Amino acid sequence: MEHNVFQIIWFVLWGVLWAVYFVLDGFDLGAGILLPCVAKNETERRSIYQAIGPFWDGNEVWLITAGGATFAAFPKTYAVMFSGLYTALYLLLFALIIRGVAIEFRGKVESLSWRKFWDFLFWIGSLVPALILGVAFANIFKGIPIDENGLFKGSLLTLLNPYGLLGGVVFILAFAVHGATWLAFRTNGDLRVRLLRDAKILWVFELIVAVAFMLLSLKLTNLWGNYLKAPVLFVFPLLAVVGLMLIPIFLNREAMLQAFLASGLAILGFTAWGVGGLFPNLFPSSLNPEWSLTIFNSSSSPLTLKIMTVVALIFVPIVLAYTFWTYRTFSYRLTEKEVAYEEPHY
Amino acid sequence: MDVLWASRLQFAAAAFFHFLFVPLTLGLSILTAIYETLYLKKGDEDYKRAAKFWGRLFLINFALGVVTGITLEFQFGTNWRYYSEYVGDIFGSLLAIEATLAFFLESTFIAVWAFGWNRVSPKVHCLAIWLTAIASNISALWILIANGWMQHPVGFVIRNGRAELKSFAEVVFNKFAWLEFLHTVPAAYVLSGFFVLGVSAWHLLRKNEVEFFKKSFRVAAVWTAIFALFVFIEGHLHGSEVAHTQPTKLAAMEALWETEKGAPFALFAIPDEENERNLLEIKIPKVLSLLAFHSPEAEVKGLKAFPKEERPPVELTYWSFRIMVGLGIWFVILAFWAFKNRENPLLAPKMLKALIFTIPLPYIAIEAGWTVAEVGRQPWIVYGMMKTAEAVSPISSAQVTITLLAFLVFYTVLGVIDFWLLAHYARKGPEPR
Repeated sequence: MEHNVFQIIWFVLWGVLWAVYFVLDGFDLGAGILLPCVAKNETERRSIYQAIGPFWDGNEVWLITAGGATFAAFPKTYAVMFSGLYTALYLLLFALIIRGVAIEFRGKVESLSWRKFWDFLFWIGSLVPALILGVAFANIFKGIPIDENGLFKGSLLTLLNPYGLLGGVVFILAFAVHGATWLAFRTNGDLRVRLLRDAKILWVFELIVAVAFMLLSLKLTNLWGNYLKAPVLFVFPLLAVVGLMLIPIFLNREAMLQAFLASGLAILGFTAWGVGGLFPNLFPSSLNPEWSLTIFNSSSSPLTLKIMTVVALIFVPIVLAYTFWTYRTFSYRLTEKEVAYEEPHY
Repeated sequence: MDVLWASRLQFAAAAFFHFLFVPLTLGLSILTAIYETLYLKKGDEDYKRAAKFWGRLFLINFALGVVTGITLEFQFGTNWRYYSEYVGDIFGSLLAIEATLAFFLESTFIAVWAFGWNRVSPKVHCLAIWLTAIASNISALWILIANGWMQHPVGFVIRNGRAELKSFAEVVFNKFAWLEFLHTVPAAYVLSGFFVLGVSAWHLLRKNEVEFFKKSFRVAAVWTAIFALFVFIEGHLHGSEVAHTQPTKLAAMEALWETEKGAPFALFAIPDEENERNLLEIKIPKVLSLLAFHSPEAEVKGLKAFPKEERPPVELTYWSFRIMVGLGIWFVILAFWAFKNRENPLLAPKMLKALIFTIPLPYIAIEAGWTVAEVGRQPWIVYGMMKTAEAVSPISSAQVTITLLAFLVFYTVLGVIDFWLLAHYARKGPEPR
């Protein structure tokens, strides 16, 4: 097969990895964002941690894999993107470190102030990644000021433009709704009732900002260009809208798992829309389109792409299979007894 | 501070800190799996309690290993942009394979293990810890294949202004990488073994849960003796490979300035890098030639045979190597002492005390070993191919200095809390029957 066939395969895989990451880690990041607002006491806080406990670590691996796949398939993009977005990336990394440690440490000492301290860090560690990922992707959609040598001609403040920040808000709200539906699916009693209510309120805001973002992209980005060229791609934004519209329908029926899946569909469609609009760019330059990093000018050699394709074809289905099995095994509604009984580990 | 030095220090800080947690993860996961398997086979509740007790310590340690690992993967892009561009075709794919093959397996099944005591059958539960252990070790294999390639690049061709993959098999079956793997991972097993022995010794001396800790001790004593000896012998093979492939590193490890036939082994030396000599040295004739090339008359290249700008820092490399080997000898002795007394360790209180004080020593040995490997490779980021100075990202030194300081503060605080928690739960002992 031709080199560019593999380049396109890896572009699709790259998009899939990000989409799966947002759909999966999105709900546990959302749980962290919601924690201080929805949990009223220690039992409720513990329910929230338990609801994401078996999953968050595996979910985060999709981020590592998305990063690794960028390195493997498009090393030049990885190199320019990661060094260009240096400060933003380190904020993301520090936030994720704090978060992982908070989940692990909070239950280890029987002290309310110890736990509150880690709860706070868990909240920060969930909010900051959602914000940064949203800001970063919005800016990539818009184009990044890089010159012909891939040198970033800006600062952290360059990224914090209104469109970028709106992207951050979209991610925070989408993850919050996603988290609320998941938590309502797994928890009980008052907490569940409140989560259901909050999900409905947050959904209104999610709908407004997501649609505003997609419409603003008409004016501020070239994302819709590909859609006019190949109208079949309209299926992506359509999926996002369908997912969004299904959320309140399921919420009203208290069908929580379905609401969660609809929210996942919205995130999936939204990501596919953005990535689909980006093609064939990975890291477009806002200074001169000629300087953009594309899948064609930044990819690995044909041999490496072939080997990586074989690895992905064999192992990604295996990963998906056992991930699915774990979700099936642990996605039950938590009983009060289980929340009250603290495993020595968590 | 200039960008290069700030980035070097930052990478060193991130890598060394990561490797405070990884070795215990590698070995303790297997030991926990062995205890749980013994519980399944014998039905002895003590082994179930052992799996829970050691597994909990494993989990406390595991969290920091994971979060500090993410940083390392991203650092190649953030701080070493030209490295990533130049060798990403080979190096990037190895990291991506590591994530796909190992990280998912590890993170998924450790959760099954932690949350699954009452949710999955005992057999599946035991399988979960085995899969976690296997995944951790697969991860170590791929990252060491990647590092082995930086030490001794093979299977590539320079094309399109970068290193491109020529033979995947050559990269994966790189002899240097495998020798590195067979040294590093068993060294991690030794560290884990001494951790279990040391904690058990602490409780045994206090006559706390004697039966329980005797059982833990017995398994760990056999385990540690096997691997301490293995690491020692394998280290010799690994060193001899370094002699063949990385002559500047060998010369720095031995503080050997002149090229000599029948080169001596410098038992003790104070290298004076400015004047290219040793201020003081105690030498054993011909031993270096014998060790490195298995012939007492073999020629060993001295540092002066290489231009100054291609030599690694001598003092740091020399002393790190001495510390590693010296501690390695102590580990073999102590491991066999423990092995001899494995049936009734309480009869040897001196050994128990030595074991308690030995808990931190493998950490020092392992970090010293990495210092030899990484500092000894300088000034190259990929040996003989690309210099570290050419690899650094075109970013401002202020950016890197800030993140470096943040790392130091942040990692110190987290490290202190983590080791405090480890010590706290280790002292607390197992849950009562």
